[in-house]
Amino acid sequence: MAESENIVVETAEKIFSDLADPQTINRDKKGEWKAPLWQALSENGLPLSWVPEECGGSGASLAEGFGVLSAAGRFAIAVPLAETMLAGWLLAQAKIASPEGAMTVAPASPKDRISLNADGTLSGRARGVPFAKDAKHIAVLAHGTSGLSIALVDASACRIEAGLNLASDGSDTVTFNNVTPVAIKPAPKGIDQTSLMLMGAVARSLQIAGALESMLEISVRYAGERVAFEKKISKFQAVQHNLARLAGETAAAMTAASSAADTLANAKNFDDAVFLEATAAKIRCAEAAEKGAAIAHQVHGAIGYTLEHILHRYTMRALAWRDDFGHESHWAVELGKRVAARGADELWPLVASR
Amino acid sequence: MTAALRFDPIRLPPECEKLRKEVRAFLAEEVAKGTFDPHSPHGGDSDVPGFSRRVGERGWIGMTWPKKYGGHERSFLERYVVTEEMRVANAPTRRFFVADRQSGPVLLKYAPEHIKMDILPRICRGEVCFSIGMSEPNSGSDLFAAKTKATRTDGGFLINGTKIWTSSAQVANYMLGIFRTSSSTKENRRHGLTQFLVDMKTPGIKVNPIGQLTGKAEFNEVVFTDAFVPEDHALGEIDGAWKQATSELAYERSGPERFLETYYVLTELVRALGDKPDTRGAEGVGRLVAQLHTMRRMSVSVAGMLHAGKEPVVEASIVKDIGTIWEQALPQRVRDLAAFVEPDASNHEILDNVLPYAMKVAPKLTIQGGTTEVLRGIIARGLGLR
Repeated sequence: MAESENIVVETAEKIFSDLADPQTINRDKKGEWKAPLWQALSENGLPLSWVPEECGGSGASLAEGFGVLSAAGRFAIAVPLAETMLAGWLLAQAKIASPEGAMTVAPASPKDRISLNADGTLSGRARGVPFAKDAKHIAVLAHGTSGLSIALVDASACRIEAGLNLASDGSDTVTFNNVTPVAIKPAPKGIDQTSLMLMGAVARSLQIAGALESMLEISVRYAGERVAFEKKISKFQAVQHNLARLAGETAAAMTAASSAADTLANAKNFDDAVFLEATAAKIRCAEAAEKGAAIAHQVHGAIGYTLEHILHRYTMRALAWRDDFGHESHWAVELGKRVAARGADELWPLVASR
Repeated sequence: MTAALRFDPIRLPPECEKLRKEVRAFLAEEVAKGTFDPHSPHGGDSDVPGFSRRVGERGWIGMTWPKKYGGHERSFLERYVVTEEMRVANAPTRRFFVADRQSGPVLLKYAPEHIKMDILPRICRGEVCFSIGMSEPNSGSDLFAAKTKATRTDGGFLINGTKIWTSSAQVANYMLGIFRTSSSTKENRRHGLTQFLVDMKTPGIKVNPIGQLTGKAEFNEVVFTDAFVPEDHALGEIDGAWKQATSELAYERSGPERFLETYYVLTELVRALGDKPDTRGAEGVGRLVAQLHTMRRMSVSVAGMLHAGKEPVVEASIVKDIGTIWEQALPQRVRDLAAFVEPDASNHEILDNVLPYAMKVAPKLTIQGGTTEVLRGIIARGLGLR
């Protein structure tokens, strides 16, 4: 990707290499790696990449932030970086300043809905909110009688039931019982729950694609080391073809995710092109995660099924990320409905619009 | 990274969209004239000389080639747009497509000047059709096992042997073939083959069409008996054809024709499901569109890299591997998703007409132009496994 020449992305990659080495993380059962990593990320302004300087952030571009998320996916890091970035982005849409510390966003699923009550408090339940337990604040998109609002909420004001995703990262249920926000402002025109979900979907797509890149790399490396039947398993055609398929799935995920990110970074609003790109990315990356993770495990055999080996850090996260900001089947139905509404002869013009 | 796969997000520049409108208008005109039926899947396979000449008149054959040879010095991305619009419309491109995609570029690179001046402008005018003579009865994917011989004689070579599965040979004016000029060596089994331009009117060439399971006969057995090919029709290095083959693969393997061959059944599925599909239909269409969109972005990305002078051979092989498997499975998926369409409704008539043909075409898609197995071998080599 072009952003490898970018200073923001390079900074992120350097921090991940130094402080999120997969072997070290995997051996550290107490999670002691998390605090220094988060501190380094914060000192470099990365969690608030998408927050303009006047709102307390570092004012990086959308493209730069997306580059950071690809790198985060390649390292399969499990701190609320993507979530804080998304929260900061949402708050910035309403010109609400971002506080320090970890954040997450609610809702994190197209099915959940938070309501703004007449008295200015928030009610509702958001399921599968990533890292809610670790967050100090939650950025909320709420539906009121006079339209949508964006709110900053103190996480301690909400009831949070801890849950875990496939990779044992926090995926919590957040209940808002007449919660008074720290700040609240009307959402600008063009920002609604679908736009928040599409931003989240593209973030997760980039992370999945990044994780697949690493799965491919470590699987190819392992196949070149492991000897069976007196030769490296990389010399068996069946293994070669499996790895070629993994490369194909990785390529598809990388392409879909980076194309969607590029589209969002250059779009004026959440139009049909953004919808196609973002939903296609989430759908295709989720499919690639399923096929790719299966191949990566097949190549590794039993050792890849152990806690000791790092493979599960990538495979389980790629699979878990499919669930956030809209299951791929949800987006497939929504995309299919839009295609149907446009009509058969308008499908090709949509696909070939750019 | 072990495998530095690159798929930059390439967008088609504005001149491409202007061109796209022109191509669509032209194709609509041709349909109105009755040149071809866009709802007949047979269209793209047909040889319609008048159509080829009119495409040539528009300047849409040899688009990227030098003007000196009848080309138009336009960009690779502009050619991409023309190719995909023709394919999606089921336009009858048989006469010029192979020459435009691969034979012309080979001649440009390896043919002597007088041959280039003679043949390339005729390709650009849509007048000549090319076939590719690679496979033999006992040599398919294993190209370097080819046995058909080109033996030196006065002023040229005599060709003896048999090529097989040669598409379009029944209508082609020329063949670009690979023939054995020496034996392979112990050190290099790929040594000894030379690429030749063969005029199909040459005495000693017999074309025997082979019936295909679709009911058509569009590939052939081509038998050579002392067929004379002049010295200057040997292209590139004698005995060194293997060096010439690989760089062309990126062009041949990553184009939109590698995932759009059965596209028409997806359009017709959308028509059959109507404007308010049930959840199952909507999800199925959504996934197929997401997959199609992703492949197109991969393919456009490779086109962009080719345009920038790169040689993304592994990326191109990935596009063909994923693309052909997708277009092969598409008719089956469409059949599945159309299973609950109301039988008395009228909007599935076209689908009913085209689906059987797409099912019959499907098996060849992962075989022609490099099998899935060969492609995966190339990808594996790119990953450093071989």
